[in-house]
Amino acid sequence: MLLEVKGLCVNYGRIEAIRDISFTVEEGEIVTLIGANGAGKTTTMKTISGLRPVRAGTVTFNGEDITHMPSHERPVLGISQSPEGRGCFIGMSVMENLEMGTYARADRKSKAVKDDLDRVFELFPRLKERTNQAAGSMSGGEQQMLAMGRALMAKPKLLLLDEPSMGLAPKLIKQIFDIVTEINSQGTTVLLVEQNAAQALKRSHRAYILETGEIVREGTGMALAADPAVKAAYLGGDV
Amino acid sequence: MQFLIDNFAALTVTGLAIGAVYSLIALGYTFVYGVLRLINFAHSEVFMYGSFAAVWVVMVIGGHPGGSIGQVIFWVALMFVAAMAMSGLVAVLIERVAYRPLRKRNAPPLIALISAIGASFVLSETMGLREKIAGWFGLDDTLRPYVNNSRNNVPLPSIIKPQGVFSIQGYEVTNVDIFVIVGAIAMMIMLDQFVSRSRLGRGIRAVAMDPEAAALMGVNRDRVIRVTFLVGGVMAGAAAVFYLLKIGSTRYDVGFILGVKAFTAAVLGGIGNLRGALLGGIVLGLAENYGSALVGTEWKDVVAFVLLVVILLFRPTGLLGESLGKARA
Ligand SMILES: Nc1ncnc2c1ncn2[C@@H]1O[C@H](COP(=O)(O)OP(=O)(O)OP(=O)(O)O)[C@@H](O)[C@H]1O
Ligand SMILES: [Mg+2]
Repeated sequence: MLLEVKGLCVNYGRIEAIRDISFTVEEGEIVTLIGANGAGKTTTMKTISGLRPVRAGTVTFNGEDITHMPSHERPVLGISQSPEGRGCFIGMSVMENLEMGTYARADRKSKAVKDDLDRVFELFPRLKERTNQAAGSMSGGEQQMLAMGRALMAKPKLLLLDEPSMGLAPKLIKQIFDIVTEINSQGTTVLLVEQNAAQALKRSHRAYILETGEIVREGTGMALAADPAVKAAYLGGDV
Repeated sequence: MQFLIDNFAALTVTGLAIGAVYSLIALGYTFVYGVLRLINFAHSEVFMYGSFAAVWVVMVIGGHPGGSIGQVIFWVALMFVAAMAMSGLVAVLIERVAYRPLRKRNAPPLIALISAIGASFVLSETMGLREKIAGWFGLDDTLRPYVNNSRNNVPLPSIIKPQGVFSIQGYEVTNVDIFVIVGAIAMMIMLDQFVSRSRLGRGIRAVAMDPEAAALMGVNRDRVIRVTFLVGGVMAGAAAVFYLLKIGSTRYDVGFILGVKAFTAAVLGGIGNLRGALLGGIVLGLAENYGSALVGTEWKDVVAFVLLVVILLFRPTGLLGESLGKARA
């Protein structure tokens, strides 16, 4: 098991954003969390990256208990996130953003970084054309690609993607999902949060459904996509 | 008006020199603001402690007028080392004692502001009462030259005699003027390079732009904050040496008006923006000098603040706009 979340509870003050959540991600999988707005998906992702304090429960990564590990130490272990709303460093150039992705790598000065950069440029040719452009002046879709590329530059074992298709044109959405599949087939485990439940379920090995801070269903992507209740609630009735 | 025209060169050179000192202090305000969104009101005291360290080190090693060129270079170098070390240390201590405990408890910004003002008073009064404090430990006799008349001006032993290097409009531009202006600008260029090129510098900019995303990249925010205070402090220490060389003395409350001026310079240039601090300091230094030539020296400080208000009316985010992020090349 690469990631194991057990009995996780996270609060914002007195509001319980997530309650007693448990799930796992196996090495090599794409696992998706789906759920309505405010269900607690982003909170879960931020907690795995250490940006939110845990009230109860544990997060285990690669056999190590990281529940209370400071956030900045987690990329070193191989956890990398492209956060909701992208979080690009808007005053930095595209290249500097990508270099920030390597900040925590022990081998950041080696040739491996160059290879990873080539790979990111292969996945996102648009970034290569724009290396010197300020991230803040890129379009929303381009910034999304940058955030994913930046997360990949950390050479993660586990890549967390919080709504990578948010605000993108339908054609681009498909492209982003293709890239997620591609990244996964190259050996990176992916935990995905998505509003585009239909696409996401089709692409993922397994999925969990969150409702108001609790996991209400789980299963393979296929099974959930075929489930009538899931269809009605998250897939707009038809897939 | 005629006075301004006749003395334009002199006013410009002094304005640049004092403006460069403002800029160096302003960097500390702007740097900390960029990362913490907090005005470190105790920064003026960081400068003041540096200035005392510089004077004391010259007293300890017996710096005197008429030293050989080698001696003078050695003394000035020691002043820099002492002042930068002292200011850096005081800045880091302020962060540790006055801000970090509040940050860990998620205190609202207003509380940190009060803590900052408190730290500023404590630090300046500690210096102003150093004779009494030394007395508590029975050290007032041993330390006499360093602590007596603790509320008066403390002169820097005159180790350099300003010498004219060239003259414009009848004003002798001295070696000290040139050293202060060139030295201060060199320090700022170094800082700019550090922030835009080094890994830690990028970490600082990343935290300033988006603390959560920076943490996701593995940037240790506490460490960045400590470095930010340290660097701001070191710059204030350098400013203290330049100030002493130009002005010749310091006092326990020297930080007050200088701090307000430097803070003004930082806001003038665009708080959070390193190049803004440089520009703001220079503009303020020049405007003050030209202004006082026009309407009288006693109006100098009034001119400075009228300028601030006027510029902010037209450019509310300062001359170069906010953000440490935009400080890149
Ligand atoms: N900073 C915060 N302060 C207070 N409450 C918050 C905060 N962030 C999130 N919440 C609350 O926690 C709950 C879960 O929010 P979260 O952002 O995790 O939802 P989400 O599933 O990601 O939603 P969306 O699909 O809209 O992104 C919501 O009720 C939200 O209002
Ligand atoms: Mg969300």
